[in-house]
Amino acid sequence: MVRIFGILAGLGFVFVAFWSLLWGTIEYLGAEHHESAEHRFHVSPRNYSFASDGPFGRFDQRQLQRGFQVYSQVCSGCHSLNYVAFRNLAEIGYNEAEIRKIASNVQVPDVNPQTGEPNTRPGLPADRFPSPYANETAARVSNHNAAPPDLSLIVKARHGGADYIASLLTGYRNPATYRNGEGEALPAENRPAEGLHFNPYFPNLNLAMPPPLTSEGQVTYADGTRPTVDQMAQDVAAFLTWTAEPNLQSRHRAGLAVVLFLLAATVLSWFAYKNVWATAKRAVRATGPLDPANMAKSDAAKRDAGIAG
Amino acid sequence: MGFPWAQQYEPKSGFMRWIDQRLPLPRLVYGAVGGGYPVPRNLNHFWNFGVLAGVALGIQIVTGIVLAMHYNANADTAFSSVEHIMRNVNQGWFLRYLHANGASFFFIVTYIHIFRGLYYGSYKAPREMVWLLGLVIFLLMMATAFMGYVLPWGQMSFWGAKVITGLFGAIPLVGEALQTWLLGSFAPDQSTLTRFFSLHYLLPFVIAGVIILHIWALHIPGSSNPTGVDVKGPQDTVPFHPYYTAKDGFALALFMLALAAVVFFAPNYLGHADNYIPANPLATPAEIVPEWYFWPFYAILRSFTEDFILPAKLWGVIAMFGSIVLLFFMSWLDPSPVRSGNYRPTFRLFFWILVVDVIVLGYCGGKPAEQPYVMISQIATIYYFAHFLIILPILSKVERTLPLPNSISESVLHGEAAEAAPYGTPAAATQTTTA
Repeated sequence: MVRIFGILAGLGFVFVAFWSLLWGTIEYLGAEHHESAEHRFHVSPRNYSFASDGPFGRFDQRQLQRGFQVYSQVCSGCHSLNYVAFRNLAEIGYNEAEIRKIASNVQVPDVNPQTGEPNTRPGLPADRFPSPYANETAARVSNHNAAPPDLSLIVKARHGGADYIASLLTGYRNPATYRNGEGEALPAENRPAEGLHFNPYFPNLNLAMPPPLTSEGQVTYADGTRPTVDQMAQDVAAFLTWTAEPNLQSRHRAGLAVVLFLLAATVLSWFAYKNVWATAKRAVRATGPLDPANMAKSDAAKRDAGIAG
Repeated sequence: MGFPWAQQYEPKSGFMRWIDQRLPLPRLVYGAVGGGYPVPRNLNHFWNFGVLAGVALGIQIVTGIVLAMHYNANADTAFSSVEHIMRNVNQGWFLRYLHANGASFFFIVTYIHIFRGLYYGSYKAPREMVWLLGLVIFLLMMATAFMGYVLPWGQMSFWGAKVITGLFGAIPLVGEALQTWLLGSFAPDQSTLTRFFSLHYLLPFVIAGVIILHIWALHIPGSSNPTGVDVKGPQDTVPFHPYYTAKDGFALALFMLALAAVVFFAPNYLGHADNYIPANPLATPAEIVPEWYFWPFYAILRSFTEDFILPAKLWGVIAMFGSIVLLFFMSWLDPSPVRSGNYRPTFRLFFWILVVDVIVLGYCGGKPAEQPYVMISQIATIYYFAHFLIILPILSKVERTLPLPNSISESVLHGEAAEAAPYGTPAAATQTTTA
């Protein structure tokens, strides 16, 4: 009975799914297919190499400090780091005096203790990197209705991670002269509207953020590294990898220890397993006499022979 | 329960005897997972996955309880409380990554466990109740995992909750009221988050309870085995401990190794980048996809694109739930007396097609709802339902199966007559007891 109902229900599902398939196929074959401009012009991030890549990856502190310089001199004009406090900069090699100085150069929103009016004061090490805008509406108004996102987690919140960030920062192109891999020019309807900027690394090709890194030497690196646009983009991407995953280094280190421990445990448990089963086979074969039925026979034989037991 | 030759618990110390006489818990454990549970001696490594699933649940409960100490079930602060765990709680990143990836690994081992059952006919008499309780656990797992994914209150959390609860909205007449009742509001909201957190904390303990029933029901007939032949006597079994505890121990080490590799070196690989963006009811993500373990069912849901008497969306919902509900009827849909797929050549062929089919469904479920993925998932959906509801019922009646071995030990010992000889014969009796 269940089988008859089952077959009927099965035929029902198969038919309705087939019905959808049929119409879907007819529609698919009948429709004209042209790939959307987003498909044709969007390019995957370039492959950069970062010190933090791979299972043994560690942060390059000098690069993180350079990236922090780029953030504080360029990005922080629009973007906050809500989950990163100034004190966290100790993790990338700044000392306490430097951190106090960095924090005090930033105005953070507060309330005037005398009047209760909102005001700002110089930052303290415990403060987070604030947004330059008073609120989201203010951020939208100043940026063609696209509020600049908080950057703390941006590397983990975008497909492609740090590669994507570095590619995007260096990926702005002139929409009038740009040709994709097939040599096609950008269709007029995909040209950036007023206030937008063309960038083939951005999923829908046009974004509100103007090119932030425009010329060599925009930032003067404290360590003397030549600040090319490419260098700055990679450095800030590395810095944002740290803000998104500050525990990456300890995770990799702990991971290595755990994996080595578990490898040893796996080998030991393999030998334990083989050992138990080797004796098991002997024991199982040898338990013949210990089986209840055999014990009973043996007891009976003992009784027959007059042996106590 | 168990076989008559099961070893009885004998307390090794006065203390254990004292306990055992007043509360026979040691006896219960000994009979359940100790030397007192005789298990077929021929189990292969696919029989490790039940224990692995149990361990995975344990990991989820332990990490989850600690995470709950730091998590904030509040729509305004949930996201930042997760970041607080990641950044400021000692080893919080480890707890959270272990919990998030532990869920994925729980599903991996459970899916292998379920397919093991499908191949070896573990749903057949006398183990129907084991199978049914297992499916209850599976449903509870899916509910728990879904609600857990909502808790970080990222973009995928929010929109996933909206889409999945929206499925209930497809039910005629009561749908919308039901959806509002589930969410506690008209869209995912503070009330949704707090009730999901409450249930997410509750359900794992319900799962643990049903697992006890699952194991209890299993111990009535005892474990099945790769031949599907019933245990005939003591020569067919070994005690669970130490033989299968040792074997499970090795499997557990491998499982932990794989889990550690992902937790420490690719913790976000199985997740979605969008869930690191705080929930925003005003911005719909480009694609809304559930976690990977729901993809096969998501593909079935989206395969129904045309109205046919009922609206397409309702068909999708019925089919998605139907694809799981039909598993409850396996024992009756496939009444072939031969349990193991090893002795059912045609069944085996269809089984492997099903495995590929479910993988294809999973692949399509993770892709955007556009061609050719929709067509592929429609074909895969047709096979899925045809396999369980049409092919198996017919196959079980018409298939010519291979001859079964007479006993487990015969199949294990490959006809070595002396070793396979029943106990008490000279060949066995001459061996000395060494253990």
